[in-house]
Amino acid sequence: MGYPHPIHASETVVLSRHFGDEAARDYAGAVERGTYKALKQALAMTPEAVIEEVKASGLRGRGGAGFPTGLKWSFMPKGDGKPHYLVCNADESEPGTFKDREIMRWTPHALIEGCAIAAYAIGAETCYVYIRGEFTEPLAIMERAVADAYANGVLGEAAMGNGPRIDMVIHRGAGAYICGEETAMMNSIEGKRGNPRIKPPFPAQAGLFGQPTTINNVETLAAVPHILNRGAAWYKGLCLGNPKSTGTKLFSVCGHVMKPGNYEITMGFPMKDLIHDLAGGMRPGRTLKAVIPGGSSVPIMNQEEAESALCDYEGIVEQGSMLGSAGFIVMDDSADMVYEIYRLAKFYAHESCAQCTQCREGTAWTTKILERILTGKGRGEDYGLLADLADNMTGKTICVLSDSCAAPVVSGIQKFRHEFEAYLSGAKVLAHV
Amino acid sequence: MSTHPPPAPPGAPEKAYEPVFVGSALERLQQLYPKYPTKQALLLPALWIIQEARGWISPQNMAEVGQVLGLTPAYVKGVVTFYTMYYRHPMGRHVIQVCTTSPCHLSGCSDVVEALLQHTGCGELGTTSPDGRFTVVEVECLGACGFATPILIGDDFIEAVTPERVPAILERYP
Repeated sequence: MGYPHPIHASETVVLSRHFGDEAARDYAGAVERGTYKALKQALAMTPEAVIEEVKASGLRGRGGAGFPTGLKWSFMPKGDGKPHYLVCNADESEPGTFKDREIMRWTPHALIEGCAIAAYAIGAETCYVYIRGEFTEPLAIMERAVADAYANGVLGEAAMGNGPRIDMVIHRGAGAYICGEETAMMNSIEGKRGNPRIKPPFPAQAGLFGQPTTINNVETLAAVPHILNRGAAWYKGLCLGNPKSTGTKLFSVCGHVMKPGNYEITMGFPMKDLIHDLAGGMRPGRTLKAVIPGGSSVPIMNQEEAESALCDYEGIVEQGSMLGSAGFIVMDDSADMVYEIYRLAKFYAHESCAQCTQCREGTAWTTKILERILTGKGRGEDYGLLADLADNMTGKTICVLSDSCAAPVVSGIQKFRHEFEAYLSGAKVLAHV
Repeated sequence: MSTHPPPAPPGAPEKAYEPVFVGSALERLQQLYPKYPTKQALLLPALWIIQEARGWISPQNMAEVGQVLGLTPAYVKGVVTFYTMYYRHPMGRHVIQVCTTSPCHLSGCSDVVEALLQHTGCGELGTTSPDGRFTVVEVECLGACGFATPILIGDDFIEAVTPERVPAILERYP
């Protein structure tokens, strides 16, 4: 549902059915609504069969990369005698994205169930749930839910009474966007600076504490119980666009729309309807100018692209951007694109872990150049300079933070060059930024 | 309006360091030991315990936690400086974190920042009010973009803050 708005007729509510329902939050309320049935069912299957079911559903990672979840699980070694770890990525920090927060706030037990199923499938005894430090409310709710899950025998020495040992630890982050990157997250849990690691080795070979590890996003894990309950074929059938994108997905819509919120739609749903119908469209007298659909780390879409795209992994790529975490930042004709791009660059400059030169220097200089353009000190050659920096920031670093900074800059100059021209010609200038 | 404590006058006796990890704080930390395979992994939780107890993390605190977990003070400092939520100097009684990233900017956070600075008496971002009651800091995306503008006061996450709501919100934090 479009929490805090009532369910829209075009939504397909699976994950968000109980958003806003206080009674569904606690253990008894969750069990009454069917939580932990899927875990019981999973524990009666072999781990391989669970992985096959998830593979068959077509579920792909909801954190941004869209990697097939079942396939990721199958990379975990079998019978190696080493401890295996599951990490639930709840470090939701991507600008424009606020879906995992609602899953943790309203359906913490659904997430615990998804984590426990995944842990069983990959042979992990311990699951760390890494929640960003600023999420005080989700932290408190998850802490309480995990304690209740232990008290009721869901977790612990014998999961659900007869399963293997499954432990769950809530780990609080401390304010670092980069810790949402999976290898940075592992370093952070280990008590280190959150610098991303060079891959390979991939986490499934040598991850957390050097052991085989799988990292999944909150929304991905929360979808797993529904797949087991209703079958892979049902999930795969939820598809309006490309058959490689299946199921439902929470789309966070924010910025210049009348009804910002989370909307759960079937993959392949038209973006035009999501923005103009479900999210209430533009404010009176305003028109759509741009959408950054993947959280902020993807190319900016202009109005035509946004209004012709389908909301799935392939549909958004066809229109020149990426689905990412599906946090839509919507801008109407009042938005100053140069300033908004500058603000995003500033975000990445602040959040760069400073490990790679291209990123540390590139994000900072991109910000400085955009700042001078805004304050009337821009030069004609700044386009070339920004493009050159972006080129050096793309595909050349350990993680993709600098690529994420380059994407809105390059696409912004390409699609909204006239707005940059206004600043460079002196027609427009800000006193300060 | 400085956020740093005034330097001690020359010749003033040094105050003895009071350790954090004694009694219940030490117990809390020890209860976490079985949850992680290494002691080093307890560093982030331990730093949170310090900050809860003292409001910020001093160089002496860093040395102490290093001793408890078998890490050097320099290593601990390296970790502390990486994370923006660990404060390395004293803060106001109530720390206000206000989101100013793009989605909130589109939704009018600049006016919220203005109102917060005015009504707290902080004047500018990153400073503490003269009465020591508030520190206002700008933070990157708080992950509640649909409920702009979100602010955090201490551990209280407050959504949809508008300039008009600011005075009434602040009243709840004496």
